Parts: sequence; C-alpha cells; structure tokens
Amino acid sequence: MIARRPLLVLAGFLALWQAVVWLTGVPPFMLPPPVAVLRSLADHAGLLAYHALVTSGEILAGLLLGVIVGAASALAMALIPALQPWMLPPLVLGQAIPVFALAPILVLWLGYGMVSKVAMAVLIIYFPVTAALFDGLRRTDPGWLDLAHTMGASPLRTLWHLRLPAALPAFGSGLRIAAAVAPIAAVVGEWVGSGAGLGYLMLHANGRSQTALMFAAMVVLMAIALGLYVLIDRLLLHLTPWAPHSLALPNGRNP
Amino acid sequence: MADSSSSSSVGIDLRGITLGYDGGPLFAGLDFQLMPGQCTCLLGPSGVGKSSLLRVIAGLVPLDGGDIRCTDGRSIKKRIAWMGQSDGLLPWLTVEDNICLGARLRGERPARDRAARLLKDLDIAPLAGRLPATLSGGQRQRAALARTLMEDRPIVLMDEPFSALDAITRSRLQALAAEALAGRTVLLVTHDPLEALRLGHRIHVMTGTPATIEPALCPDGAPPRAVDDRDLLTLQATLLGRLAGAVERAA
Repeated sequence: MIARRPLLVLAGFLALWQAVVWLTGVPPFMLPPPVAVLRSLADHAGLLAYHALVTSGEILAGLLLGVIVGAASALAMALIPALQPWMLPPLVLGQAIPVFALAPILVLWLGYGMVSKVAMAVLIIYFPVTAALFDGLRRTDPGWLDLAHTMGASPLRTLWHLRLPAALPAFGSGLRIAAAVAPIAAVVGEWVGSGAGLGYLMLHANGRSQTALMFAAMVVLMAIALGLYVLIDRLLLHLTPWAPHSLALPNGRNP
Repeated sequence: MADSSSSSSVGIDLRGITLGYDGGPLFAGLDFQLMPGQCTCLLGPSGVGKSSLLRVIAGLVPLDGGDIRCTDGRSIKKRIAWMGQSDGLLPWLTVEDNICLGARLRGERPARDRAARLLKDLDIAPLAGRLPATLSGGQRQRAALARTLMEDRPIVLMDEPFSALDAITRSRLQALAAEALAGRTVLLVTHDPLEALRLGHRIHVMTGTPATIEPALCPDGAPPRAVDDRDLLTLQATLLGRLAGAVERAA
C-alpha cells in the first residue's frame, strides 16, 4: 500500500535500463545490465558493507557537527544582535566559495582519513543550517513577542520557549537540505583522497573496469542518502506536529 | 468569577504623552486617565493611534516624552496583562500549557489548579489537552482570555480582542469577559461602538493628528449591558455621530 508509486517508477526505470542494454548492445564495462549490478551487490556484500559503514560514519559525524555548529551560530546571532554584522557577511561570503574546490586543500591539511571528509560535510552543511534557523528565529510572530514582553520574560527564556520552537519548521528545511548534501560532501572528499569509503570503492572499481561494482556502490550510497532523508523527515514530523507538512495529511484530533 | 487574589484596583495617569511616528507626531502632549476598577473603551478612526497608545502603556513602545504613572504611585511594570488582536496561542502547546505561558516564560512553577479553575469558568475545561489548531475561533479566544486572566494583573490592556469573531460568539464572549474582568482596570481598544457600549464604564473617542481624546461618555448601569436596551441604542447613535465627525475631520 505505502510507496506503491515509487516502486512502480523504480520498476519502470529498471526495465528501461535493461532495454537500453539489450537494444544498443553496449558492453558491460560501459553500462552493466541491472542484473549484473544486483549480482555484484550480492557477491561483494561484505566489501560494500565495510565501505558503506565508513561513508555513513563520515556523513553522520559531519551532519551532527555541522548542525550543532550551525544551530549554535544562529542562536548566538539571535540572542546577541551585536554579533550579526560580524557574522552575517562572512557567512554569505563563505557560501560563495565553492566548497568542492576546497576538498583537495582539506585533504592536504587534514589527511586521507575521516577528518577531512567530516570537515567537508560540516562546511557544506553549515550555511543552510545556520541561514534556515536564523531566518526562522528572526520571523517570530510579533504578537507573541509582545505577549512575552508584557509577561516579563527574559530574552533567553523568550528564545528558548518561544522563538526556538517557532523556528523549528524553518530549521527543518535547513536540516532536510543538510541531509541531502552531506552524502555528496563525504563522497567528494573520498574521491579527492582516501583509503576507504564508497567514493574510494567507486574510484577503485572504475580503475579496474569493475563497472558493475561501481554501480553497486552507487546504489548503496543512494540507499544511505535516501534512508538519512527519510529518517530526518520523520524526526522533524515528530518534533513539529503542528507545522504544515507537504507529505502529511491534515490530522486534527476530534473531540 | 473575578479572581479575588488580584490586588486592589489601581488607575493610570498619562501626562504629556509624546510619540513620533514616521516623522509626524502621533501624540503631542496627550493627557488621559484610566479610572481604577473600571473598563475604559477607546474608539476612533483607523490609524489614529488607539493601538499605539495601548502599546505605549504596555511598555512595548518607548515614549518620546511624557509620563505614565499608576495612581498609587508605584511603577506600572509587571502590573499589566496584555490581550492582542490575534489570540497569540502557541501552536505547539496545549490549551492548558498556553494558559500557563506566563509562568513558563518567567521560570516559575505554573499554578495548574488555578488554570483548571479558569478553564472551567470559561467553559473550556474539556479542551485543556488539545492543541490550538483544533479549536474554533471562539474557543481560541476563550483560551486567550483565560491566559490573560491567569496573569492576574490589576490592569488589563485589550486590542480589539473580539473583532475576528462572528456576531453571536462575540456577544457571548463580551458578556463572559465583562464578568471575568470585573474589578480590574481595563483599557479596551475597539472599532465597534456597540461593543464599547456593552462593556465600557467610560467610552472615549480618539481623533486627529496629533491625536486628542474627547471627554468620556458614561452610559448608565453596569456592564455587560443588554444589547436590546433602548438607551443603549440611542447612545450608539450619538457615538456613531461622534465617530463620523472624527473621521470627517481626519479626511
């Protein structure tokens, strides 16, 4: 019942893929048929699992760190307005730097290990998270702020009990973007220089014309990215049940 | 129904209130009094500065000049409860938690039993655990009224609190509010002359730029007054006349 349409789309895509392979007679080292990719997934399950674990670790660590640093920056700017003219221009300027171009430098500075990939993810996540939360914090309903003021609330309590919950839906948009781009950051980092991870495995397989394995690694990466997005989406739905959500049905409780 | 724990009534004295707005003066040396324990209603054309005066008294807008004092000589700070144009209910809190918002924002322990009593008094006890999005407009406004009463302040400032409701719901809530707010010093900004006549001990019309406030109209009897009172309807005609004059002078 659930996800019947996505499954149909997936089946159609696989059929099209197989048809292209049959009709064009393209050699398997250029485009392996779906069955070959499936077989590769099964044959190299252990290998793929190991590298998937490495990449997942990088993604999760980057996401966690990026969200913490981004949220802290947004909260600091909201609580201490004097910080805004100091932090906003570098924030916007930093976004103008193509983070992918930084990947070689990060690997040079931080090495071939996990740290450079996590740093890459943090850098790429920081802006959308900070911007989304800060924007949400700035847009608190003025009527609520009036109310809080007449109730004698301190700025810190107003931030915690009123502005932060009110900004959660906006923060959620930033988190969803972060969840979508974090896997990209990790894989790009692995491409530039690494000894493990799905990005490394893809390059390695590519060099040996193991195209089916390359595709298998890509499928695993897609599964990780999709799983992460769904997880974040569910979490946000749970945290902000009052916020309108495009995928959820209106669900008002009746007396 | 009025809560007995509210401190004794206190009036407010505004002297020489001066406030600029977009370059032009909104108030220039305005004097105004709120009588202790009475409901004062403020009518006037849109944009004349009714809400601004309310915000000035609430301390939401800094004054350019003048002086606001309580008649007992103490500061007005922390003696005001505010009810704005929108109900201001937080969508992530249940009705009960919304009513206890003040305590939460001050880091105090909320008086849950008092909240329960207010919910019962306002006929919304069964809604205590519901989220605001599931309530009707009238129910939301009752919850907002309960939150205002929960603050238990001697002075209550209200900015067109019933304007978004349909006629029947509004009429019921007016009666309920008048009963619940009895004994407190209330300033009610409204654009509805009939509402002012039902609820106000004293009714003022605000006109002009910079704004001035005309002498009070004081209908007989205690609020809430019956809508079908013949005297009330005569007064409504008088009040409409004053308002029309104010609008013409503003144009």
